[in-house]
Amino acid sequence: MEALLFLIPIALGLGLLGLVAFLWSLKTGQYDDLDGAAERILFEDDNEEAPEEPKEK
Amino acid sequence: MAQALADHYVRPHGEDEAELDLIVDGMHCAGCMNKIEKGLGALDGITYVRANLSTKRVAVRWQRRAHIPPITEKLSELGFEAVPYDPQIMGALDEEQGRDLLRATGVAGFAAANVMLLSVSVWSGLVSDMEVETRALFHWISALIALPAVAYAGQPFFKSAFKALKAGHTNMDVPISLAVILSAGMSLVQTITHAEHAYFDASVSLLFFLLIGRYLDVKARSKACSVAQNLLALRAVAANVIMPDGTISAVPVDRLDPGMKISVASGMRLPADGVVLEGVSDIDKSLVTGETVPETAAPGTKVFAGTMNLGAALTVRVTARNDETLLAEIVRLMEAAEQGRAGYVRLADRVSRYYAPAVHALAAATLLLWLALGAGWQTGLINAVAVLIITCPCALALAVPIVQVVATGRLLQRGILVKSSDGLEKLADIDTVFFDKTGTLTEGKPELCNREEILDADLSLAGALAARSKHPLSEAMTRAAAGMPLAEISDLQEHPGLGLSATWRGQEIRLGKKAFALEGLAEAENAQPAHSTNASEFWLSGHGAPCRFLFTDRLRPDAEAIIHALQARGLPVKLLSGDREEIVAATAKRLAITDWQGECTPQQKIAALKAAEADGKRVLMIGDGLNDAPCLKAAYVSMSPASAADISQTAADFIFQGQKLAPVLEAVRIARISRRLVLQNFGLSFAYNAVAIPLAVMGFVTPLIAAVAMSASSLSVIGNALRLNLTRFQER
Repeated sequence: MEALLFLIPIALGLGLLGLVAFLWSLKTGQYDDLDGAAERILFEDDNEEAPEEPKEK
Repeated sequence: MAQALADHYVRPHGEDEAELDLIVDGMHCAGCMNKIEKGLGALDGITYVRANLSTKRVAVRWQRRAHIPPITEKLSELGFEAVPYDPQIMGALDEEQGRDLLRATGVAGFAAANVMLLSVSVWSGLVSDMEVETRALFHWISALIALPAVAYAGQPFFKSAFKALKAGHTNMDVPISLAVILSAGMSLVQTITHAEHAYFDASVSLLFFLLIGRYLDVKARSKACSVAQNLLALRAVAANVIMPDGTISAVPVDRLDPGMKISVASGMRLPADGVVLEGVSDIDKSLVTGETVPETAAPGTKVFAGTMNLGAALTVRVTARNDETLLAEIVRLMEAAEQGRAGYVRLADRVSRYYAPAVHALAAATLLLWLALGAGWQTGLINAVAVLIITCPCALALAVPIVQVVATGRLLQRGILVKSSDGLEKLADIDTVFFDKTGTLTEGKPELCNREEILDADLSLAGALAARSKHPLSEAMTRAAAGMPLAEISDLQEHPGLGLSATWRGQEIRLGKKAFALEGLAEAENAQPAHSTNASEFWLSGHGAPCRFLFTDRLRPDAEAIIHALQARGLPVKLLSGDREEIVAATAKRLAITDWQGECTPQQKIAALKAAEADGKRVLMIGDGLNDAPCLKAAYVSMSPASAADISQTAADFIFQGQKLAPVLEAVRIARISRRLVLQNFGLSFAYNAVAIPLAVMGFVTPLIAAVAMSASSLSVIGNALRLNLTRFQER
């Protein structure tokens, strides 16, 4: 039973991590241009700037 | 010119930056994006460029202190046409809504996964050795995850349900909200009392499924809308105003004032109603009135916004946008038409009108039944709530949006944009089709139609004269004479509004309007007076007997086949046109349409539509002109080609692209398949309810059964909807 004491927090922590990552990716506009993202990988230069901030409305 | 235009759309961004969004046409690949971002980024003062390939838009920011960089100039240098765009004006609301829904979906998904993790442990613990304390702990953790998640992710449903209840009716969101809130609430009570069953997993996974459906629904619609907006914005939005000092500057159309002088080049649309000051030219009114024959404009002629200048440049004085203008009249008719149209209730809402009260009555009956059987309050309540949870219309709420999403995507691939949310449903219901003629059944381009009456020599001569003219009839003549050796002529002159003249073997020959070509000739009086009013003809004179060339509007390549196919599917077709009787009659005959009406005013078109509706018909109106706009708005459902007037495209429920009419048939076909799938989905979810409800009433529904049943029914509905992707495209 003691195992639960750390297994549950680990499970929840991992899930929360995924949620935070998703919310962050949403906030930084990574779902705004799915077609473009697929093509951008073909750009040659590596120092392509990521959008520096979310577009505010 | 573009700079004056861009000013209008520039927004401040932060402390010292300005921002502008542009719609860029022809951006299709990584190369284009790269070129645009590099090219603009190299300009002085630009701090940020981001191209969006999905929406074909580019966001640019620059330092406000600096001069506005020559953005559109740079883009056109790179080979892209760009038009400024204001997301605030053009419904960026959908984008924001989509993002909110996605965020809620993410939260619900997280909660569903983690609560399910704990629930599975509890379920397996029920048959093994889980202690009451451990179970209580798991329930408490579930509650801590589920309650905030429900409070946050359920908002779209709660708000909608609240709004419906406040207005005194119910929609699908009422039973959804009730089920979600009650299951969360009851589970909390169960948790506090250390009872066996908690339904937290049901509550959050319901939300998760429903949010996915809702997000896809919004996404598909906003995609179609943004394509439609791009089409509209790419039209010329600037007018060339002649300033008092004689210079010309570009001004957005909505900033034109009465009294301004504007210059309208050949091939441009008139940006406003006005009176011609200088120049003689032909005006193509087909988009406004449906009439194919160009009208001559000379100083003093009143001209209307939306018509196209075919000939020489005109100087036009803008007249007041008062209530007498044609446009104002059209707008008034559209407003009236819109009021008559409201009242359509979507299929899902019609179902929920019966569903929600039935379910709530059932839950109440369950409670009473258990009380009557002598059970305690608690047992009765638990079973009543279980009924509400199991009947939560999850599959029912998914039944329509999933099919809509798949269908909208399919149609988008075929160049058909679904603009209104209930368009597909209505399209499946239609039993009559009304067509406009000019620009809808036809391409709006004239074509020589009496070739067999004309001698080759005459055609070769006429072709030679017409070769350099931009007049649509001349261009049609050139097409007809293509491949023939052209006669050698000299001294070619164009007489605006009249025709062309040239010298051939020492004689003056003329090609053009009858009055011009036959001027002073004896034949002028006796040559077919019956057609003297029909201006879609050219006369050739000076070489022998005068010769007449007749033109008609060319039909879209597959018009005949599509009309036939529609009729074969039991959809009677009617032709409503603003064009002359005899031209409409000829077109109708060629397409085997027996029911037609020519020389219609917009009012008469509406009257025809109302008459059909009074007979109980559900009419699909397909039109492109300004004069069709009120009808497009008034009709049960409407479509317009992408070449249509802006106002018509805004009014129509569907827009189709391309030269062919085939999309019309395809849209009807997909709409009918969609309706069938939606009905099947309703059937599936009712069948599932028929099994599950008795179990719930009898109190056999444990959280495990609820979870399995709910997921299974949702998945089967989604799977059924995806079958639409398996149907083949209609062969052309």
